[in-house]
Amino acid sequence: MINKVVKDANEAVRDIADNAVLMLGGFGLSGIPENCISALLAKGVKGLTCISNNAGVDDFGIGLLLKTRQVKKMISSYVGENAEFERQLLSGELEVELTPQGTLAERIRAGGAGIPAFYTPAGVGTEVAQGKETREFDGKLYLMERWLRADFSIVKAWKGDTAGNLVYRGTARNFNPMMAAAGKITIAEVEELVPLGELDPNNIHTPGIYVQRIFQGKNYEKRIEQRTIRKI
Amino acid sequence: MLDKIGIAKRIAQEVRDGMYINLGIGIPTLVANYIPSHLNVVLQSENGLLGIGPFPTEDKVDPDLINAGKQTITMMPGSALFSSAESFAMIRGGHVDLTILGAMEVSEQGDIANWKVPGKMVKGMGGAMDLVASAKHIIVAMQHCSKDGASKLLKECTLPITGTRCVKKIVSDLAVLDVLPQGGFKLLERAPGVSVDEIRNATAGKLIVEGEIKEMIL
Repeated sequence: MINKVVKDANEAVRDIADNAVLMLGGFGLSGIPENCISALLAKGVKGLTCISNNAGVDDFGIGLLLKTRQVKKMISSYVGENAEFERQLLSGELEVELTPQGTLAERIRAGGAGIPAFYTPAGVGTEVAQGKETREFDGKLYLMERWLRADFSIVKAWKGDTAGNLVYRGTARNFNPMMAAAGKITIAEVEELVPLGELDPNNIHTPGIYVQRIFQGKNYEKRIEQRTIRKI
Repeated sequence: MLDKIGIAKRIAQEVRDGMYINLGIGIPTLVANYIPSHLNVVLQSENGLLGIGPFPTEDKVDPDLINAGKQTITMMPGSALFSSAESFAMIRGGHVDLTILGAMEVSEQGDIANWKVPGKMVKGMGGAMDLVASAKHIIVAMQHCSKDGASKLLKECTLPITGTRCVKKIVSDLAVLDVLPQGGFKLLERAPGVSVDEIRNATAGKLIVEGEIKEMIL
């Protein structure tokens, strides 16, 4: 097997340059590549285009990269929960492309699967349809949407092996598997890096072919946005 | 007049045994608390879960288990986890039986607006456009009028729309109404203590009243 292990986040992001197009996994703050975001922050690369469902919060996740003005453009479905984001958007410093969440997921999936465009009913008759081809199939209107691909995809998994096979946990899977397939170079940070043979091949979520670099992350904070407790 | 819990309780009466249901953020999330326990239903979370359970106790909080509103949750026995692409494939593919979501405006044609107010910060549509474009059955939970008394059940939406001709039923603080395929809000039930005239005055779009309109039972 090909060994894809790198030492840490800094080594993993070493060749990410200014103006790169990145995909970053996660839904809200769940399943985000915390270690690589910190490494990008330290590296100081600028002009990034970030494809990510959300934009983090003011002091965590992609919000950290917004604060340091390293992000030029976001492609997302929902970007609330972030005051600095709002300020930059209103002042015109930041460009944002809002995409329906299912369309975003499918555009990324299409990117990894080699499908340059597809038709979806989401957004027909709305602002999202402006400038896009609509076409009728079997009496219903659909919108053509294009694939998304990235220079680097940065994903977070629960467990991974040295060949890059990944297993996610809970709802932290979200956008990570499609992003892993849609990056020219895919970096996976995992909570636990295990030797070959330890993961059950029946239960691999992301086959290692999609992953070029993998490392075991450290000090995961896994911040919770809405801690909601049942009253007993 | 119904409060938020009243709206959630009335919507819960629409739930049938064996349904797969997607609940939006806000009042729709509350519906889960009032689904009769003898019904077997599965709640879908757009971020990749079938089988949302109750909120966790303090010792069971897990940052890797959240719902679409980013709240911590638990899983029911028999749950399934999947990616966002798979999640929206089951939504787009028409496999989810019922979608319950909030709205800022609904038109008499069934158009819905719930994602953007011009001049205010745009947070994004999240999964709402995908859900309304593909759901087999959509129930909207909403306030009948805005705080300044303007109707939100209109001839045409004034806000940017989320989807066209998709809303089938509305449960507001004043009434239960069907949106007819040929257009128009058909009044089905009144909220406790609310008259047909009050509902008529609060509805800017075409209101259809046929026969005696009963007060809803909660």
